[in-house]
Amino acid sequence: MYSRAYKAGVTIPPLLWVTVFLLLPYAILFCYSFWSVSPAQVIVHNWNLQNYLQLARNPIYAQVLLRSMRIAASVTVFALLLGYPLAYYLSFHAAKRKDLLYQLVIIPLWASYLVRGYAWKTILGSDGVLNGFLQFLHITHKPVEFFLYSPFAVIITLTHIYTPFTLLPIYASLEHIPRNLVEASHDLGSSPWATFRRVILPLSLPGVLAGATFAFVLTLGDFLAPLLVGGPSGIMISNVVVSLFGAAYNWPLGAAISFCMMLLVVTLLFITERLEKRLAVS
Amino acid sequence: MTKAAPNAAATEGAASSPAAPILSVRQVIKRFGQRPVLRGISLEVASGEFLTILGESGSGKTTLLRLIAGFEDVDSGEIWMRAERLDRIPAHRRQVNTVFQSYAIFPHLSVFENVAYGLRAKNTAKSEIPERVRQALAMVKMGEFAQAAPAKLSGGQQQRVALARALVNRPRVLLLDEPLSALDANLRRQMQVELKSLQREVGITFIFVTHDQEEAMALSDRVALLRAGLLEQVAPPRQIYGEPETAYAAQFIGQTNLLRADVKDGIASSGSIVWHTSGASGMATYSLRPECIRLSSESAGLPFADAATARFRGRVRNQAFGGAMDLIEIACGGPQIIRARIANPGILTGEREFEFTASHAVRVREGEPG
Repeated sequence: MYSRAYKAGVTIPPLLWVTVFLLLPYAILFCYSFWSVSPAQVIVHNWNLQNYLQLARNPIYAQVLLRSMRIAASVTVFALLLGYPLAYYLSFHAAKRKDLLYQLVIIPLWASYLVRGYAWKTILGSDGVLNGFLQFLHITHKPVEFFLYSPFAVIITLTHIYTPFTLLPIYASLEHIPRNLVEASHDLGSSPWATFRRVILPLSLPGVLAGATFAFVLTLGDFLAPLLVGGPSGIMISNVVVSLFGAAYNWPLGAAISFCMMLLVVTLLFITERLEKRLAVS
Repeated sequence: MTKAAPNAAATEGAASSPAAPILSVRQVIKRFGQRPVLRGISLEVASGEFLTILGESGSGKTTLLRLIAGFEDVDSGEIWMRAERLDRIPAHRRQVNTVFQSYAIFPHLSVFENVAYGLRAKNTAKSEIPERVRQALAMVKMGEFAQAAPAKLSGGQQQRVALARALVNRPRVLLLDEPLSALDANLRRQMQVELKSLQREVGITFIFVTHDQEEAMALSDRVALLRAGLLEQVAPPRQIYGEPETAYAAQFIGQTNLLRADVKDGIASSGSIVWHTSGASGMATYSLRPECIRLSSESAGLPFADAATARFRGRVRNQAFGGAMDLIEIACGGPQIIRARIANPGILTGEREFEFTASHAVRVREGEPG
């Protein structure tokens, strides 16, 4: 068996890392959420629930949160619609091209997030690629403004960025389906479509759930895409947090929002994990 | 669909050539890339027959089964089921069902739903399904497991579910791809017996793939011996054992001694062993089963006691106790060691005299298939 020194050597550093750089900051954040800012812009440590009450009373926060969740849900749906067919094709029909196509899915992940964000800015902008193309074809006669700086732009950009994260777990779960189950289904008289519906889809659901969770949670916490392409109507909840910690200098309120978000995401992860376990059959 | 053309070229040699085949495989060729897997297979299967496709791994036996099931396409040749051309229709519209080597039970469905799968796929009346599933599960003695999850079942139980799932559809032909190979020896023997009685009970044509020659002999009405993509011999087990056509068949099915003999005027001689034969003159190979060799009681008339019996002397090199029969290795001067199986021989030492009935030495073809 392994020596105590070895066990300590491999477990203590990561535990220490997580404690110092994750758990401790969360604890501090949690404390901040009960403090307040004095009129003189000083954080005072008088414990109260004002921040949480403000979140509940002022509808603007709920609205932004709701919009964020709508955007996250849209990105999730689009990422699934794009990711599942591609993952299916890769796993079942790509044959010799499988490795190449798989790499093509992975490569965008190597490009910087900012590069991909700016790329969409140049595509969607009023003198961007998309508008130029539409005008070239005489479909439109002047630049369409709402492509950029809208929730639409945020959804497109984030769908592009997070689709690989959705595709990979789906692909993994499809790869794990024994091929003789597909043959058995055909053998028992099921058409290819019925086989997909009754064997492949049910067995890939854990992957679908994992992929959807990735897309939803990552989008919900995203603040760069709204910053780059969102405009005022594309503001998401994380942008509110960023501004509260920055220009607005209201750390306690920012902390309260952050903590609510964290609770939401952890609850979500808890539920999806339970669901995944129930769907997964050994 | 056109009607089946009358099959002029009858399959060669098979003694019990079926009168009205339910399935006929005609000149089927299959390659994987450059590698030929099946090199021209013609085979007819009679209705209600238990046919075993026997061969070593890589002989193409599973491929042949997969072609019949529809999981692979033939490169050339045809497969017919009665008057229907099978190789042109997709797997899900063929009236055959398969029992897979690794069972392929749907892990996300209960035992009941696994068995009901084929019935639902074919839009069987909803009211009919529970009763048919119940019957099928009862047939394989799995009635009490209907609601169980497949993951909770043992290998043998999954095997039974796989069988029920295939049989519930009342296929015209049931294909079994080494279905017993994953079971331990005792369970395997038990399942062999059950499989055989099940087949008699339901009267469905079974095509059974195995590499186990004992299993093939125990179960089959006929054995089709496949070698490197060609059929070596198709015959009932007793015939293929007693009258193997080739040296390969003789060696693959049971143990044998291959004697290379010089035949002249009705007398074959292989070293010091000489016997009467009706075969043509020239060099030839004969198969002599170990259990055909006996101890001679008297030492008169070497090498012929009479025209029907051959005698030879040999030194007992080794004797292994084998329960009912001892395995004895006999050196007869030449490089060849003759193996004999003799019941209750006592302890044998030194030079002894042995004999066999001349007609038990069966002339076989040697060499590559085809």
